[in-house]
Amino acid sequence: MVLSPNDKTNVKGVFGKIGGQAEEYGADALERMFITYPQTKTYFPHFDLGKGSAQVKGHGKKVAAALVEAANNIDDIAGALSKLSDLHAQKLRVDPVNFKLLGQCFLVVVATRNPSLLTPEVHASLDKFLCAVGTVLTAKYR
Amino acid sequence: MVHWSAEEKQLIAGVWAKVNVEECGAEALARLLIVYPWTQRFFDNFGNLSSPTAIVGNPKVRAHGKKVLTSFGDAIKNLDSIKVTFSKLSELHCDKLHVDPENFRLLGDILAIVLASHFGRDFTPACQFAWQKLVSVVAHALARKYH
Repeated sequence: MVLSPNDKTNVKGVFGKIGGQAEEYGADALERMFITYPQTKTYFPHFDLGKGSAQVKGHGKKVAAALVEAANNIDDIAGALSKLSDLHAQKLRVDPVNFKLLGQCFLVVVATRNPSLLTPEVHASLDKFLCAVGTVLTAKYR
Repeated sequence: MVHWSAEEKQLIAGVWAKVNVEECGAEALARLLIVYPWTQRFFDNFGNLSSPTAIVGNPKVRAHGKKVLTSFGDAIKNLDSIKVTFSKLSELHCDKLHVDPENFRLLGDILAIVLASHFGRDFTPACQFAWQKLVSVVAHALARKYH
């Protein structure tokens, strides 16, 4: 699956529009993921996952920063996220299926907060982008 | 049998009461065909699906989207007997339509996003949980009679 020039434009557009709120989007997506897909909580036994958790907010910020980094380096996502890819392969070992779940929640967050931004075409591009990020993060698993 | 808490039933019913089935159904199916273009394989006789604009404006897509979401409404009316409700539809999708059940999961995810875009913050995390659970149960019921 390859990101077309249009996809890249669409994705950059989304993150450009979201701007400084990316951290909130990240936190919101994580919160939704833990509630919608409770099995994802198994990766965070060391976290307070209650509502408004500072740890979830902090982690959401990290996740968002990685997505922004990927979007800003969209021609070489693998390069941009190489260290994160190592981390997920060697240490975190989050089952690949979970990246789709977080991706779904991120799309839902964009839809709830900025529905006009998520046209069908942008939806398609963003979904592809999130898939690509997931693929990169699991690329070194085996 | 799936267990639905009172809160989950309320969250589902509350959203459904405000859904324009024709509009949401049309939008969900159009987005499925746009976001996951390989799903167009089931709709060779739908005419022009050559671009997102064509898909969104396609009357057959709209009509079929409405049909699909209306059927979804049957699940909501029969939350405690979804398997039975969709038994014949399951056979149909296997024997006649030959649809890979993965497609039900894809459409379910798209539906959640469409609802999110219509309801904004009212589509709370708890709401999303209930609806993702519902679409998952419907997908499972539709796949149940496959052989």
